[in-house]
Amino acid sequence: MTHRIPGKGLLIDRARRVKFTFDGKGFEGFQGDTLASALLASGQRLMGRSFKYHRPRGPLTMGSEEPSALVQIHEGTQQTPNVRATVQELYDGLTARSQNRMGPLGFDLLAVNDHLAPFFSAGFYYKTFMWPRAFWEKLYEPAIRRAAGLGRLSGRHDESVYEKARAHCDLLVIGAGPTGLMAALVAARAGADVILADEDVRMGGRLLADLPEVGGMPGPDWAAGVVAELAALPNVRLMSRTTVTGAYDDGTFGALERVGLHLATPGALPRECFWRIVAKRAILSSGALERPIAHPDNDRPGVMLASGVSAMVNKWGVDPGAVVVFSNNDSGLATARALFAQGIRIAAYVDPRALPVTEPFPVYAQAEVTGTRGRLGLRDVAVTHAGGTSLIEARTLALAGGWNPTLHLACHRNGRPEWSERIAAFVPRPGMVPGLVVAGAARGVFSTAACLADGLAAAAEALADLGLSAPALAIPQAEDTPYAIAPLWAVDAGGRAWLDFANDVTTKDVKLAAQEGYSSVEHMKRYTTQGMAPDQGKSSNVAALAVLAEATGQGIPATGTTTYRPPFTPVSIAAMGAGGRASGFAPQRFMTSDAQSRRMGAPMIEAGLWYRPSYFPRAGESDWRTACDREVKQVRDAVGVAEVSTLGKIDVQGADAGRFLDFVYTNTMSTLAVGKVRYGLMLREDGMVLDDGTCARLGPQHFLITTTTAAAGPVMRHLDFVQQAFCAGWDLRLISVTENWAQFAVAGPKARALLATLGVQAALPFMGCAPMTIGGVQGRLFRISFSGEEGYELAVPARYGAALFDALIRAAHDLGGCAYGMEALNVLRVEKGFITHAEIHGRVTADDVGLGGMVSAKKDCIGKTAAMRPGLLEPGREQLVGLMPVNQGEVLTAGAHLYNERDAATREANQGYVTSVAPSPTLGMWLGLGFLKDGRARHGQVIRLDDGLRGRKVLVEVCNPVFFDPEGGRMRG
Amino acid sequence: MRLTCPCCGPRDRREYTYYGAAEFLNRPAPDAGLDAWDAYLHLRDNPAGETRDLWYHDPCQSWLEVTRNTVTHEILAVRALGDLA
Amino acid sequence: MADLIAELAVKGLPVTHGRATLAAFDPGPVTAIAPWPGRVVPGFPAPGQVLAAGGGRMVWAGRDTAFLLGAPAPDLGDLAAVTDQSDGWVWVTLTGADAVAVLARLTALDLRPAAFAPGTSARATINHLPALLIRTAEGFEIAAFRSMAHSLKHEIEAAMTAVAARRAL
Repeated sequence: MTHRIPGKGLLIDRARRVKFTFDGKGFEGFQGDTLASALLASGQRLMGRSFKYHRPRGPLTMGSEEPSALVQIHEGTQQTPNVRATVQELYDGLTARSQNRMGPLGFDLLAVNDHLAPFFSAGFYYKTFMWPRAFWEKLYEPAIRRAAGLGRLSGRHDESVYEKARAHCDLLVIGAGPTGLMAALVAARAGADVILADEDVRMGGRLLADLPEVGGMPGPDWAAGVVAELAALPNVRLMSRTTVTGAYDDGTFGALERVGLHLATPGALPRECFWRIVAKRAILSSGALERPIAHPDNDRPGVMLASGVSAMVNKWGVDPGAVVVFSNNDSGLATARALFAQGIRIAAYVDPRALPVTEPFPVYAQAEVTGTRGRLGLRDVAVTHAGGTSLIEARTLALAGGWNPTLHLACHRNGRPEWSERIAAFVPRPGMVPGLVVAGAARGVFSTAACLADGLAAAAEALADLGLSAPALAIPQAEDTPYAIAPLWAVDAGGRAWLDFANDVTTKDVKLAAQEGYSSVEHMKRYTTQGMAPDQGKSSNVAALAVLAEATGQGIPATGTTTYRPPFTPVSIAAMGAGGRASGFAPQRFMTSDAQSRRMGAPMIEAGLWYRPSYFPRAGESDWRTACDREVKQVRDAVGVAEVSTLGKIDVQGADAGRFLDFVYTNTMSTLAVGKVRYGLMLREDGMVLDDGTCARLGPQHFLITTTTAAAGPVMRHLDFVQQAFCAGWDLRLISVTENWAQFAVAGPKARALLATLGVQAALPFMGCAPMTIGGVQGRLFRISFSGEEGYELAVPARYGAALFDALIRAAHDLGGCAYGMEALNVLRVEKGFITHAEIHGRVTADDVGLGGMVSAKKDCIGKTAAMRPGLLEPGREQLVGLMPVNQGEVLTAGAHLYNERDAATREANQGYVTSVAPSPTLGMWLGLGFLKDGRARHGQVIRLDDGLRGRKVLVEVCNPVFFDPEGGRMRG
Repeated sequence: MRLTCPCCGPRDRREYTYYGAAEFLNRPAPDAGLDAWDAYLHLRDNPAGETRDLWYHDPCQSWLEVTRNTVTHEILAVRALGDLA
Repeated sequence: MADLIAELAVKGLPVTHGRATLAAFDPGPVTAIAPWPGRVVPGFPAPGQVLAAGGGRMVWAGRDTAFLLGAPAPDLGDLAAVTDQSDGWVWVTLTGADAVAVLARLTALDLRPAAFAPGTSARATINHLPALLIRTAEGFEIAAFRSMAHSLKHEIEAAMTAVAARRAL
């Protein structure tokens, strides 16, 4: 650490040394350093290569707006590219690598691009790699991507912990500089719920970097006092290391907190937390960002913003060496004086203005910096003045091109800022974000005293809106230096002058864009890529549009600015999606038989959020087909048991329940007798089938309807809509009871016998229902079938589901039966031609699925009128059919299309498609369900099933979709 | 975006499901004719300004009619459908 | 046959991480009560209210709906629809000094006491899980769909460990 100034550095703890590596080389810093400050303190100014020309680069800033010093940190799954070295805090064992180079950082093979620069002007790629067209994807793009691009992703899941959280407050104060601290203090003392968020480790903003006196004490001490008072108040939440990244509707803000990024081993600690903060009022006190001046070769390591130089000296005690300050405003001069006062050698102060000042260091008035030298770091600065050009030796060139208010968040709701001639920068207009007041430097108020007063005024305004009164509070004494600037955007002295350091955009590129007709600011941005790098042009956009305005002669206000959008600084996707991976992706719903099914070796498959057993393999069954065939046979020959709790169950009660059900089902439910069940079909209002299920009448005013597993949520929402929109005042209540009941299908010729062994007398007719008692528990018994066999469904309160499943499979086993899974369930229903959402997929009518007769002619219902539209009644509709292979050994596939035997597989010749297939052990062949044009009139025809995706062509015979027991004798028993 | 549910108070829009234009409340009579049904089912304005649409507050199962401005994003009114007690 | 044995909705509780504890809790019988339009059920809670009722609690649980917890299902004649929900939900308590911090990672609710006071209820989500929350003096009672018990525990515990790790800093 050869470049430290003894006794300086507010943030570093010199007693705690920290070891880290950069490009594999060992370095040492202090606790409290950033990666950038530690490298600079070790004399390492070169931190990366530029994006396009591979120019050597060091940090331009010491803050989050950094365009150049982007590095890659960590290895393995945590590998993180494009980390700003100026933000990354140092810790023991940190590994960092420079990016964007080929070979060692000091000798980048792609630096040849820099010599080819005349060819790499704006629009180069668009112009050059146009032809031949086929080369783009295979050759040009991969080569360009390898050469350019920033850091690299690991290509693996980041296994670290990330977090997302919410916070609510009366007042959100964004930025804890003098303005924000003052605002938060006033609001906190008034009793408001305050959140104060600041992106730095320590609150204080420029008070920590520039060390002005506040209230007769050093600025950092005043800040520390305010922070201590705030921290002790129960109504204040201090959020440091937290960048507010976006302003959204209705007082919602996004913020990214760096939680564990500064620790060697975060363990269970999240790396980052993405906050959604809801605030009744907000104060944007985000300060201002200094901007550089574009002059030839202004991008060498060692060229920095003046504000960055004072930060490196005062916050981290890093010695900048001899400094040339190039400034067009009073703030730059103040920085030069402050640095000089601290013993930094000011080799020259260069200012294009005529300055009537004498300073204790060399001043070049009416002068400009016209060049720099130093291959991998600044060595000399060329200053052109009235007397000619002098070459001045310097290690650091501090650029002070003026300040841009950090107004980004104020523009996130599409508000446009206005140009201020006074400070030569954009300032926010009032009311750009409802409820948000901009205060302090963020609205162009620059002196410390004025910021403190503005913070107080903003807080008073917010408190008045909140119905609270601001306490009397004296504004502490502080500097109140006026700010004067003579805009200078670019020094025109030949050579390349950089605007956007991150994307390598020079003044020439912007001028070229204007010359080639891309003269609107949005077009220039896209043509040159100005402001499109990770830093989003924070230090360069305003200068770039000023250069554009000059080139077009339009003036800056007429040129306008590009749109500021969230996020203010990069937000990792991992933080925004925190917790949303693997088992956190969506809730997992487990049936009551889940544990037992897994114990039985059943592979579980996802059905929506539910997990259901695919099949229950027995010893010696090596594949699903063997198990599935056996399960189907056992159901057809003996008895099978399956949990069907996933079906939606809705309790419909009230004197108007029957009337309501008549309105939502196509068929009539109000005439159903108590103790009976009816199959029902629901339509959407556009006439397409919404869902099917059963409706049981449990009492005169009490119905229980079921929905398919897939549609349980949407059907509940639909019924709520119909009730609330069209049935006001009806005696009607709907409540989901899906979760309250565990329900099991018992199906097969021995189903009744099985129930008898459990003490349940199943004296029910087909489609009957009745209360029952089983194992001492009150339940419900339904005689319904989804398998075509004599079938029952037993419902018990969910807490008894696991026990009942165990009892049922034991009883089934004793009768030569088994548990059956989804595969067998599918085969059984396809054999019977029962539809699922594979068939009722949202584009079919009741008539298409052969259930047109279920639409009652006697009453209105949801979807009935639209289902009668002429287009839905015309011949040529695709109708549900069964499909059997002509050669019984052939496999059918779902998703295949249907063609007449001799037609080519073209869109025009398409006759329909296959929705479901199943290998039927009962019929000894694969069966298919599908939709075929005029299909019901084509039973017996042979057509071709053509699966282009799997390369299968199979001749199939069209038939009735009910393949097995079409009379239903087995079911009715 | 935040909507104020008449039952639950102001809540984040992630708790709500968007449905479509409030015209869906004006269900024509069964015999209103094809044009009326076509308009009801398919034809929607896309106003730059005030609009009314339907949202479902999933947590409490309330359907809401929301009046809002598509330009300013201002929420002007939220009303629960039906006979909310 | 032998009597069926009831199974717990959630296993592996209680757990404590840092200053928060997640425990299972049995609310007793749970009955959904939904008054018919225009009818008044005595003691029926307004949105967010939790009222004492017949030795149990009547908890607002959604539009036109309250859950009667810990008391037998009442006979409300022609005043309301009454539906057993005793088995539909898994119930847990989240207590301790960091209960609010944990919940702030799981729900969009404003958890400040002025917005969500002890002795009131709210419908919301725990990440993607539909939930009913009751704030108590000690923390929160949380109910979610019984089939989602495993996810409920997983989501809450993940937030608990992250908050505990922050406290350990």
